[in-house]
Amino acid sequence: MKKIFLMSMVITAGMFGLNPYAFAEHVQSLRGDLSLEENSVAPTLKQYQKDEAPIARDYLQQPPLIPHKIDGYRVTIKHNKCLSCHSWTNYKARGATKISQTHFESRDGAIMSNVAPRRYFCSQCHVPQVKAKELIANDFEPVEAMRH
Amino acid sequence: MSKKKISLSVLIIGFIIGVIFWGAFNWTLELTNTEQFCISCHEMRDNVYVEYKDTIHYANRTGVRATCPDCHVPREWIYKIRRKIQASNELYHKALGTIDTREKFEAKRLELARHEWVRMKENDSRECRNCHNYDDMDYPSQGRRAVDNHVKGFANGETCIDCHKGVAHELPDMFEDDASAVLLKH
Ligand code: HEC
Ligand code: HEC
Ligand code: HEC
Ligand code: HEC
Ligand code: HEC
Repeated sequence: MKKIFLMSMVITAGMFGLNPYAFAEHVQSLRGDLSLEENSVAPTLKQYQKDEAPIARDYLQQPPLIPHKIDGYRVTIKHNKCLSCHSWTNYKARGATKISQTHFESRDGAIMSNVAPRRYFCSQCHVPQVKAKELIANDFEPVEAMRH
Repeated sequence: MSKKKISLSVLIIGFIIGVIFWGAFNWTLELTNTEQFCISCHEMRDNVYVEYKDTIHYANRTGVRATCPDCHVPREWIYKIRRKIQASNELYHKALGTIDTREKFEAKRLELARHEWVRMKENDSRECRNCHNYDDMDYPSQGRRAVDNHVKGFANGETCIDCHKGVAHELPDMFEDDASAVLLKH
C-alpha cells in the first residue's frame, strides 16, 4: 500500500512538471540566456580601486576587504609581500593593520610562533575591490549591532 | 726629417690611435650595457629575466621600460667603469659555473641580492633616482600608503631600496632579514 502511494506521488509530480528539466528554461546563468554554442559578450576589464581607508565590515568573522592595490605583490614560499607590512614586526613602521591572532592558529587549534600555513596565502580570503555593479542583487543587511 | 717634424707626426698618429681605441673602448662598453647582453647568458635569462618580465618595469601603462643596466650599471662614467671592472669577477664565476642551475642560483641569491642592497643603500639608490626624483613626486596623485610612507621615509633619511626590495625580481629566502614575512619553517 505504502509503495503504491509513493509511486503515485512520483507520477503526479512528473505530470505536473516537477522534474528538473521542466524548470531548465527559467534558470538563467551568469553568462546570460545563451545557448551553449554562443559566446557571451566579454565584460569590460575593471580597474582595481586606488588605495583607500579600510572598508567597514558587515558581519562578524568577515575577512576584511583589501582597501588597496595589490598588483605585483608576490607570495612565495620564500617571502610574503603582504606580511612585509602586515606582520606584527612590521605593521607599525608601515602604518598597516596587524594580522589578528586567529592567523597564528593551526588547523588543530595549536597557536604557532608565526603565521600559520593555512593563513599564509592571504588572497585566498582577502580580496581587492573594483567598482562594478553586483551580478546578482543582494539585500544583505548587517545585524543591528554591526550597522555603521 | 727634423726632430720637430718627427715628434709632431708621432703625436698626430698617437692621437689618431688614441681616438680609435677610446672609441672602440666606449663602443664595447655600450655593447655590454644592453639588456640583450645581460640576458645572453642563461644564468640571467632563466632566472631574473623571466621574473622581471612580470613586473611594472617591463610592462606598464605608459610603455616606458627600465632595462637591466638602468638599475644595475651607473650612468656616470667613473662609477660605470668601476662597476664594469667588478663585473670581470662575474666572468670568472661564469667560467666556474657558480650559479649555472636554478638551485645553485637560489642558494646564492641572498648573497647576490645583498650586494645590490648595500650598493644602493650606499649611493642613496642613485640608479632609481636617475628616473624617479622624489622632489618631483606629485603626492596628491600617489596612493594613500605611498604618500604616508614617502613623506615619513624621506624625512627619516630612508632611501628607495629600504622599502622597495624585490621590485624587479623574486626575493631570496628572507628568513634572516625578516623572519616575520616567511612561512613558518627552519
Ligand atoms: C606597503 C605595505 C602594504 C602591503 C605590501 C600590503 N598592505 Fe594591506 N594594508 C596596508 C595599509 C597601510 C593598510 C591600512 C589602510 C590605510 O589605513 O590606509 C592596509 C589594509 C589592509 C586590509 C584591511 C584591514 C582592515 O582592518 O580593514 C587588508 C585585509 C589588507 N591590507 C590585506 C593585504 C594583503 C592580502 C596584502 C598582500 C596581497 C597586503 N595587504 C599588502 C599596507 C600594506
Ligand atoms: C583562511 C582565510 C584567511 C587567510 C588565508 C588570511 N586571513 Fe586575514 N582574516 C581572515 C578573517 C576571517 C579575518 C577577520 C576575523 C579575524 O580576525 O580572524 C581576518 C582579519 C585580517 C586582518 C584584520 C585584523 C584585525 O585586527 O582586524 C588583517 C590585517 C588580515 N586578516 C591580514 C591577512 C594577511 C596579511 C594574510 C596573509 C598572510 C591573511 N590575512 C590571511 C581570514 C583569513
Ligand atoms: C629607466 C627608468 C627607471 C629606473 C632606473 C627605475 N624605474 Fe621605477 N619606474 C619607471 C617607470 C617609467 C615607472 C612607471 C610605469 C607606469 O606606471 O607607467 C616605474 C614605476 C615604479 C614603481 C611603481 C610601481 C607600481 O606598482 O605602481 C616603483 C615602486 C618603482 N618604479 C621603484 C623603482 C625602484 C626602487 C628603482 C631602483 C631600484 C626604480 N624604480 C628604477 C622607471 C624607472
Ligand atoms: C619608507 C618607505 C619608502 C621609501 C623610502 C620609498 N618608498 Fe616608494 N612606496 C612606499 C610604499 C609603502 C608605497 C605604496 C605601496 C606600493 O606601491 O607597494 C610606495 C609607492 C611608490 C610608487 C608608486 C606610487 C603610486 O602611488 O602610484 C613609486 C613610483 C615609488 N614608491 C617610488 C619610490 C622611489 C623612487 C623611492 C626613492 C626615491 C621610494 N619610492 C622610496 C614606500 C617607500
Ligand atoms: C627596476 C630596477 C631593476 C631592473 C630593471 C633589474 N633589476 Fe636586477 N635587481 C634590482 C634590485 C633592487 C635587486 C636587489 C634584490 C631585490 O631587491 O630584488 C636586484 C638583484 C639582481 C640580481 C641578484 C640576484 C637577486 O635576484 O637578488 C641579479 C643577478 C639581477 N638583479 C640581474 C638583473 C637582470 C639580468 C636584469 C634584466 C633582465 C635586471 N636585474 C633588471 C633591480 C632591478
